[in-house]
Amino acid sequence: MQHEEILHRCFRCGYCKLPGNYTDINCPAYLSFRFETYSPGGRMWLLRAWLDKKIDAGARFAEIMFACATCGNCVEHCAFPEFRDRILLAFTAGKDALLEAGCAPPAVRDLLTKLQNYGNAYGKPVKKYGEWAEGLDLPVFSDQEYLFFTDDVGTWDPRGRDMARSVAQLLKTAGVSFGIIPEGLRSDGNDAGAMGETALLEDLAKKNIDVLRKYNVQKIITLSPHSLNTLKKDYPGFGGNYQVFHYTQVLAFAMGRLTFSENPPPVKIAYHDPCYLGRHNTDYESARMMLRATPGVTLVEMDRSRKNTLCCGGGGGNFFTDLLSGGDDSSARVRVREAADAGADILAVACPMCAVMLEDAMKVENLDASLRVMDVSEIVLERVGQGDC
Amino acid sequence: MTSDLIARLGKIVGPRFVSGEAEERYLYSMDQGTMPPAVPDAVVMPADTEEVRQVVALANELKVPVVPMGAGLVLSGLTRALKGGIIVDMKRMNHIIEVNPKSRYVVVEGGASQGMLQAYLKKHHPDLKHSMPDAPPIATLAGNVCIHGSGHLSVLGGSHSDMLTGMEVVLPTGEVVRTGSCSVSDGWFARSPLPDLSGLFMGWSGTTGIVTKLGIKLFPKYRHNDVLVFVAEDADLMPEIIYRLTSTQVAEDMTPWMTPKPDWARGFLHINIAYGAHTKKELIFKRNLLQASVREYADQKIAGFLPLPPPQKGRFLKIPSPDLARFADLRKGGGFEYVGAIMAIEKFADAYRAGLEIAEKYQVSYSLGARIIGAGHCMMFFFAYAFNRADAEDVRRASDALEATNTAALEMGGIPWKAEEPAQKQIIEKMDPETFALMEKIRSILDPNGIMNPGNWEKK
Repeated sequence: MQHEEILHRCFRCGYCKLPGNYTDINCPAYLSFRFETYSPGGRMWLLRAWLDKKIDAGARFAEIMFACATCGNCVEHCAFPEFRDRILLAFTAGKDALLEAGCAPPAVRDLLTKLQNYGNAYGKPVKKYGEWAEGLDLPVFSDQEYLFFTDDVGTWDPRGRDMARSVAQLLKTAGVSFGIIPEGLRSDGNDAGAMGETALLEDLAKKNIDVLRKYNVQKIITLSPHSLNTLKKDYPGFGGNYQVFHYTQVLAFAMGRLTFSENPPPVKIAYHDPCYLGRHNTDYESARMMLRATPGVTLVEMDRSRKNTLCCGGGGGNFFTDLLSGGDDSSARVRVREAADAGADILAVACPMCAVMLEDAMKVENLDASLRVMDVSEIVLERVGQGDC
Repeated sequence: MTSDLIARLGKIVGPRFVSGEAEERYLYSMDQGTMPPAVPDAVVMPADTEEVRQVVALANELKVPVVPMGAGLVLSGLTRALKGGIIVDMKRMNHIIEVNPKSRYVVVEGGASQGMLQAYLKKHHPDLKHSMPDAPPIATLAGNVCIHGSGHLSVLGGSHSDMLTGMEVVLPTGEVVRTGSCSVSDGWFARSPLPDLSGLFMGWSGTTGIVTKLGIKLFPKYRHNDVLVFVAEDADLMPEIIYRLTSTQVAEDMTPWMTPKPDWARGFLHINIAYGAHTKKELIFKRNLLQASVREYADQKIAGFLPLPPPQKGRFLKIPSPDLARFADLRKGGGFEYVGAIMAIEKFADAYRAGLEIAEKYQVSYSLGARIIGAGHCMMFFFAYAFNRADAEDVRRASDALEATNTAALEMGGIPWKAEEPAQKQIIEKMDPETFALMEKIRSILDPNGIMNPGNWEKK
């Protein structure tokens, strides 16, 4: 197994369980299950024990490994420099080894099968990729500056589609030159890679690169921070070199072009930093710039924000496999409670997975009367006066 | 039997929070130190006192051992299930129940962590702080109090057990009792003037009950904070230096340290002196007092204050400091353990030399140091040894060094702190037999079925 030489170096001091300000448990799997085994250190020691044949690879071990949301809190807050950069790599390698051993949890197996067979997590035909944009009159990518890349959740999930449509509408309103590709694109592969299926990531990436080459795409705006991550970091290794931006990174600098409604009602907004935009790609400002530039918005910070953000629990494939759900302390439920405690009227998101996870959690927590989960573009668009597109 | 146990525990805490799976049994069989594994039958995570009570009642019925566990960071294997049974992982009970700012105390649940309390106070009571140990922030308050821990306010307030104001405990027979003022009134402000029953649960290594709530003292948080580092070369001077520095009654924390790395530190004895003040003027006044107390040594050019660049000062002031955890990576092997011996201050030089000799003899990577407790009333002198977990020979060397250190500490009149099970036996050997007989008598009354963390504080 790759990186196995570092496993024993984890002391299990537990810095990885907490945010940098120690407010509360910040590892989604550990927060939800609370057993030491589900903490990053527990995973390290269990992997070592498995390789040393002290434990077998059973269903429990597989669940522990695949419940990791790859949120990067452990990497951010581990006390050991150098070592920490390899924590998630070791977990991914461990998942890869478990897949090789045929020990994936059924939900993981099913997800990977769909990605393999259909090219997306929803089992949908790639020919219908552009369905999400119906009625928006968006141009097919030709000579525009950017391609708008919506990935699986933005393409197929109803809530994700709403968000994709909102972002597209705002890009149009802001005069950003962009187009879409209506068919042929697959999943970005980020989740496949995070689940240890690096060969599948490569396959999906290469298929996407073929499509992108056909359209001569150079610059990409992603809806999902997960796409931003893999297009920036993984695709160059497969021959796909693009300038990649998350939509907030483009729109943050286009806010001056928008005309807002007069006297919008005041609203308190807590922004939820997505892990793959924040910790994985160190952008904590673009979305906040958008919100600060929006009339009537007062930003309030939750106890865990920026580097200390609490993951929604959807990363690492968990959005689809749902290994982290159940119990009062799923991180999405904890997160919406935290937003309510911060006095927010709106919990702002910038990732379609976060939108779905947190909206569901808000309903379970019965907070939907006092709190709304909205994408940053939806908040802005509402105040531009075209929120019902 | 085990499946029945798991099922019945599941009825108490919910099936999500009990496990008899191989993964949990493996991981909870050991801690980060050198003690060999001892495998539990089950791990359970109660959500409140009532669930703890029911778990203990079940254990009594089935005559199954119960081992309470906080963060499991004691390093000396005290949360291993030496005779099997149930490990009660307390970390779901991590709520901060009450802060009384005027009487400066906080009441927390038994699994509340140091870091979470620090964060809570920073947000809600920025003028208050509690004494943080050097343990990682996930370490529990209850665990540290119960082992007589110490921390960054220990010169000011003594051991963390001295800062305890009361407890709620589930006894080994399942009754829920309170100690201190909270047993008489609503307030958790003091252990006095009642018979001090809290002592029944501190230092006993989890053999007398499970702490479900506790009150601890809070202290003023200063706006201005500083640290001085005094450096000497002669270990024999240290008791007098410490005596003079503590005589000023200014420091919050004093921590001597002696390490071979970084190179500039090798061969020197350093004392970090942390202090704070509400105003800059007060801070300067306190600094002057500390400096004046040991000026004689500087004048003789045999010791003096180390000039500290701001980044280094910042590192020394960071609470908790991750540097201690990082010591575990010294040998790129994820392991360290230490003997922390509670000792008289005049034994400082003996302890220092013993530590060097043992490190040399066993060829182990070491870090030596101490924390002064109270106004120089005693110290916790630590002998820490890093080891490579993947190298069995290295682990054995560290283990041998620790055993030799326990022996040396006892010979110097010190007492190993949070002693491993073998070290407990060494202590018992030296203990007044009547004292041990009293311990046994108390335990037999509290725990007639012998279910609480058995294997600890036993002669055989």
